[in-house]
Amino acid sequence: MATQTTTPPAVAWPRAGRLVRRCVGPAVVLVVAVLLPYGTLPVPLLLGGPLNSAGSLQLLATCLVFAGLAVGYDLLFGRLGLMSFGHGLYVAVGAYSAQLAMAHLDLPLLPAALLAAAAGTVLAAVLGAISLRANKTTALGGIGFAMVTLAFAQAGSVLVNTDPGGLTGGEEGLPLDADRVPGALVGVAHTAQLYWLALGYAVVCVAVVWWATSRPVGQVWQAIRDNEVRVDVLGLNPRRYQWGALVLAGGLGSAGGVVYLLVTGGATAQLTSTTFTLSLLVMVVLGGSGTRWGPIVGGLLYPLLDQRLTALAGTPAVQHLPAVLRVPISQPLVILGALFVLAVFVLKGGMVTLPARVRTWFRRRAGTSP
Amino acid sequence: MTALLEVADVRVRIAGSAILHGIGFEVPDTGVTALLGRNGVGKTTTVRAVLGLVPCTGRITLAGRDVTGWPTHRIVREGVGYAPEDRGVFTGLTVAENLALAERIPGDADYDTVFALFPELRARSAQRAGTLSGGQQQMVAVARTLLNRNRLVIADEPTKGLAPKVVGEVTDVLARIAERVPLLLVEQNLAVVRRLARHAVVLSAGRVVHTGPVAELVADQDRTRALLGVGGAP
Amino acid sequence: MSTVVLLALTGLGVGALYYLVAAGLSLIFGLMDVVNFAHGALLTGGAYAAWWLAGRLARWGVGGFVLAVLFGAAVGLVLATVVETMLIRPLYQRRQGQLLVTVGLSLALPALATGIWGADPRTSTPPAGLGGTVRVLGAAVPADRFVLIGAAGVVVLALWLFLARTRYGLIVRAGVEDRAMVGALGIDVRRAFTLVFALGGALAGVGGALANLYYGEVDPGQGTSLLIFAFVVVVVGGMRPTTGVVLAAAVIGLVQQFADYYLASGLGDLSLVVVLAAVLLRPDRLVTRTTV
Repeated sequence: MATQTTTPPAVAWPRAGRLVRRCVGPAVVLVVAVLLPYGTLPVPLLLGGPLNSAGSLQLLATCLVFAGLAVGYDLLFGRLGLMSFGHGLYVAVGAYSAQLAMAHLDLPLLPAALLAAAAGTVLAAVLGAISLRANKTTALGGIGFAMVTLAFAQAGSVLVNTDPGGLTGGEEGLPLDADRVPGALVGVAHTAQLYWLALGYAVVCVAVVWWATSRPVGQVWQAIRDNEVRVDVLGLNPRRYQWGALVLAGGLGSAGGVVYLLVTGGATAQLTSTTFTLSLLVMVVLGGSGTRWGPIVGGLLYPLLDQRLTALAGTPAVQHLPAVLRVPISQPLVILGALFVLAVFVLKGGMVTLPARVRTWFRRRAGTSP
Repeated sequence: MTALLEVADVRVRIAGSAILHGIGFEVPDTGVTALLGRNGVGKTTTVRAVLGLVPCTGRITLAGRDVTGWPTHRIVREGVGYAPEDRGVFTGLTVAENLALAERIPGDADYDTVFALFPELRARSAQRAGTLSGGQQQMVAVARTLLNRNRLVIADEPTKGLAPKVVGEVTDVLARIAERVPLLLVEQNLAVVRRLARHAVVLSAGRVVHTGPVAELVADQDRTRALLGVGGAP
Repeated sequence: MSTVVLLALTGLGVGALYYLVAAGLSLIFGLMDVVNFAHGALLTGGAYAAWWLAGRLARWGVGGFVLAVLFGAAVGLVLATVVETMLIRPLYQRRQGQLLVTVGLSLALPALATGIWGADPRTSTPPAGLGGTVRVLGAAVPADRFVLIGAAGVVVLALWLFLARTRYGLIVRAGVEDRAMVGALGIDVRRAFTLVFALGGALAGVGGALANLYYGEVDPGQGTSLLIFAFVVVVVGGMRPTTGVVLAAAVIGLVQQFADYYLASGLGDLSLVVVLAAVLLRPDRLVTRTTV
């Protein structure tokens, strides 16, 4: 009697289950996100208004832009172990170039956006190559790269602030020139369209990064993070792979800058500040660096907390608190910075580890009873 | 003969790879114990685990006290002198400063013995250690172990890379030290081992494969060659 | 000629300021392997502390100012000690965690200062006797430059004495070379860590107090901008608190002032980036093997 040699269902199903879980989860989230502007649910504390109000959608759009930016940043920090302090530079290049292209080169939005993204990508290619060279200086360990990116960002900041030829508007920045932007993306009535644009950007970033990290190049990136020398010895040039990631992240960042310009209605010098790039670092670490969802969670949470805390600080309830409590609340960065420090201590791995930690805690409680 | 140092089931993992797979041996409180084995078997890692320089599981007992997991400086303060494989001499400091750093109780250091054994170091007190020869640096490393009252001295390949004449000098010094303090000696040079050591612990691929008197091991040429990869001819 | 003299002395004065911040930074990095982003916040703490006390002791003139500087140093020292023992030390095994904590502090602490004193700069009036100018070779040089240079000179000497002549200085010098070996000699390096961090905090506090004098005002963002210059100095001068850092600080201060004047205002900062890039891409230049 011949024995059956087909794969028993118990083995086949978990694999299908994993695939389904990997796709279904993100798909559900995406559908919900797309439908959000149609919801009228009031969300008082988190959003300060109903879901489809202009204010809420504007805030959510900002959060989505940062989610996309954080995912791009985490490609460098979480996947490759490259600590770049100059990522804000590319966002700024994207925002400023697009605006300048529209205002001074009379380009419509789409060509201007493409030009801005291209400019950012080229800049990332050039600066990335230079920064990586500095990484070889063993006297400084790995921080040579970080220092050079910091210096370039500082240079960019100086350049923008000095306002050469009146182009950058100095500290105040450049407001969005609405003439060149299609009507569908301008004005309070069209906040939903801006929201979908921001969502589209975030989806593109997530798709690109998730796809890239699942390919062989993603494995090489992981290997470089773990042991650069070993990769070298295996015959692969780590520098080329690092450079590729830098160019990709720079491109995504500058595209994000264009979206930022549209969503917030302007480009400001704050984009080039160290605080901006550091906030990307906070988002990524708070959410969970090197994970699929971590940077998204962090990127969504940070601007949300930032804006809501600022709003909270203005309320009479807070104004009447004693100074000891009022002062920290009035400055969102105090709480965000403190949360960040706390997360480093208590929540190693970021917020994405929370579900697993909660599960373990429950299991441990249940497991003590025989 | 009681065991001064007991190592039991010590395992060490470095960057995901297991280096030591359960090392166990004893160092008696007199004489010289040699830790032997080919290159890369884990001799230095064992010594570093004993001193708390690498994390490990298992149990390490020094003079009856369980020192597993203790920070290095606490273990050393129990009375362990250490001359590491790379000599660990601070090149930017002078010879005198290198020695002064090793004083555990400032002011109560046995410089008489040190300068009696290493007169050259007194002459070179103000010289920067980075400009010393390999042999001279080794002398500084060994001298540091003599400054304090130590229960145990650990020397990791003290004759490595030295000219034959200097090897002889260092061996002489180690022999005189061994008269007063038990010594755990990691060595590849069989002649040195034969001269100094009474007990042998042989490692291979992260495990202890042989323990016993040195005289016995050295007499058995086949075994010596198999375990250490070198001939045992006198 | 008088312009050159003014620029040179201002350059050295600014360089002195950078040195005060960079010296602590390089010690902390050299010994503890920590890139202390919170250093700017320590400076800000010292600056506001000194400003607060100086305001109250305005009648005491120069004496009051000196007390204010010392107070700034003390506040910097205490802040640094608290940060090191409570936030840095527990993360001893997690080097990246330590860096991230300093990043978090670099965001939170200046924001706290903004919350307490507002984002606008507060004027810092120099004490009578330090507000005027001194004639040097035909140039009218503000007196604060000399104060800065003098203070840095004192610190250089004191730091040298500490490192070369004290036991803890010996431990620090050895630890910068080989931290593990120092432990293997029976010394608890962690105490040296706290000491070095506290020292860095004190120096940053002095820097902050003197920055008040130089800029004539104190604001929450000062620390961060000075920190970046200090990073450049540390990278250019070498990671050890040797003469390299002193020279680098002087050079960078001079380059900045001359570039600002002869090229265009603001381009002084840009030129520093060029200097930094030039140094980082020529690795042979970096190693300064001079001892203390």
